[in-house]
Amino acid sequence: MSILVNKNSKVIVQGLTGKEGSFHAQQCMDYGTNIVGGVTPGKGGQTHLGKPVYNTVKEAHQATHADVSLVFVPPAFAADSIMEAADAGIKLVVCITEGIPVKDMMYVKQYLDKSDTHMIGPNCPGIITANECKIGIMPGFVFQPGEIGLISKSGTLTYEAANQVVKAGFGISTAVGIGGDPIIGYSFIDLLNMFEKDPKTKAIVMIGEIGGDMEIKAADYIKAHISKPVVAFIAGQTAPKGKRMGHAGAIIAGSKGTASEKISALKNAGVNVADTAAEIGQSLKESL
Amino acid sequence: MNIHEFQAKQIFKTFDVPVLEGYHAETPEQAEKAAEKLSSDKYVVKAQIHAGGRGKAGGVKIVSSPKEVHDAAQEMLGKTLVTHQTGPEGKTVKKLYVEAAANITGEFYLGITLDRQQSMPVMMASTEGGVEIEKVAEETTEKILKATINPLYGLQAFQIREMAFGLGLTKEQMKHFGKFAAALYNVYIENDASLIEINPLALLDDDRLIALDAKMGFDDNALFRQKEIVEMRDFSEEEPTETEADKYGMSYVKLDGNVGCMVNGAGLAMSTMDIIKYKGGEPANFLDVGGGASAETVAKGMEIILNDSAVKAIFINIFGGIVRCDRIANGIIQATQHVDIPVPVVVRLDGTNAHEAMDILKNSEIPQLVAAKDLNEGAEKVVHIVKN
Repeated sequence: MSILVNKNSKVIVQGLTGKEGSFHAQQCMDYGTNIVGGVTPGKGGQTHLGKPVYNTVKEAHQATHADVSLVFVPPAFAADSIMEAADAGIKLVVCITEGIPVKDMMYVKQYLDKSDTHMIGPNCPGIITANECKIGIMPGFVFQPGEIGLISKSGTLTYEAANQVVKAGFGISTAVGIGGDPIIGYSFIDLLNMFEKDPKTKAIVMIGEIGGDMEIKAADYIKAHISKPVVAFIAGQTAPKGKRMGHAGAIIAGSKGTASEKISALKNAGVNVADTAAEIGQSLKESL
Repeated sequence: MNIHEFQAKQIFKTFDVPVLEGYHAETPEQAEKAAEKLSSDKYVVKAQIHAGGRGKAGGVKIVSSPKEVHDAAQEMLGKTLVTHQTGPEGKTVKKLYVEAAANITGEFYLGITLDRQQSMPVMMASTEGGVEIEKVAEETTEKILKATINPLYGLQAFQIREMAFGLGLTKEQMKHFGKFAAALYNVYIENDASLIEINPLALLDDDRLIALDAKMGFDDNALFRQKEIVEMRDFSEEEPTETEADKYGMSYVKLDGNVGCMVNGAGLAMSTMDIIKYKGGEPANFLDVGGGASAETVAKGMEIILNDSAVKAIFINIFGGIVRCDRIANGIIQATQHVDIPVPVVVRLDGTNAHEAMDILKNSEIPQLVAAKDLNEGAEKVVHIVKN
């Protein structure tokens, strides 16, 4: 068991023939992901990495019955690609692309709200169910299988956390990078709920950062609905106000979205919050 | 990206958001000429810096002749203004805006930004205009009226009415407010703005409303399609090192400490700063060199960090995933041959081929390099170095 994706997931790659798309699609296939085709407008009919390429997601979906799309389309065109996937009936869109305009994502959000499609990202490392399926750009070997669910706004910090989980003697059920943009698809709450219901997941590690109030909403949700142990870490305690810290969404606006307010909300909800990023594994040991 | 008040007002004009007539100036002579063009008996000379709170800091002067405009300009240009938004170092005034003064009978606040929770723009209005809105938001939340705007439908008439009644406007004023708010929403949407603040939104004695001040920020991700906005960029308002890093696809933010940090990934970069502080040190910067961390990026990152003379040691913290650690280690060694590094460099590499990477670093015999086996040890070592 796992959440959202497993060894049966059928994946198409939007932007398969591009540099990033080719490289990471190959890595995903090497990991064992069932990639069934790709979409690049104008390259339909070709074969790339041994997989059929289609002009539209609709054609790709009809031919392959894919349930997940992995998006590597450049930022100016990515919003359109997400909506195309939703329109074609793809159930889960994993968007890796960084740098999509906020306005485009506002419209995507409205579009997805009226469809059955859900989104992970954008500006994220993707999702991995250990030893079954990797739909993203993370180094697969770090995510040894186990019973810890991982949710994170970050990329390399997710790998760091997974590595510590493994070194602490545990493993990962599914790890999801939800992305560091101001507008994203699945939130902490959505995934906490899925991990709570997943019998394979025994505990949850949640990695947040400054900006927005998603972690505070998650804290309220954990208090009311989550029975499994949750370990958290919030990055950006030393971040100055008003400065964008790499991720488009990682900015303290006025006095809102600080690490300290998020940490205290999580602590109040009974979450074990690691003091530093080096202690995530240790905190998990304490909680289990 | 942010722009100046006078630039925001140029944009406002094209979208029919009412502003006073005014001209921008960079010398006292230009300021005087600008005043002569304005037929008025009172003039306002305003310092153009990318920060609010100028009035209190002496950055806004009301005078009554073009000659006085000249003198006020002379006094203001080159002056450093310290406001609640500039930080203690303040900002130097290089540009001015000269406006005709108006007869104001009331001051409000009006702003638009993204409501992240709703994923939609939110318009905010308040009767508490002309003061620090951050304080109003914190101390008297109820004084801020909010309208979340669904981008599919735009700003609705009922939302305008709700705000107008909340502000206590008369029927005549309400008409002007409706046009103003609708036009302002268009400015926000059409220009890919991330923030617009009008503080104060002034009520004139003839019931019209005008944007007495204007602050605009833009979504950096959308600048590729906002060519006219990009031309308004004022590099002198930005930290030069941040601009330089940006050119190389890196993200740098200067801080006040002495431990330079180079990290791949924004979340890990923030965590690295945090752990340095936790261990008793002070981070000198945030630097995310991106996922790859090649020899070129490491060398450029070193140069950027070493621009800051306060840096006494550097902590390189890289989690090598798809890019293997041994390659990154070789990249670091190559970088040390291209950049003169006068301070110790603690290197922590974890991930693929981390052991090989450690061996490469140890065998390199580069005296500045100190290897660390994990994040904790790396942070402790670098803090120890700067303290001894």
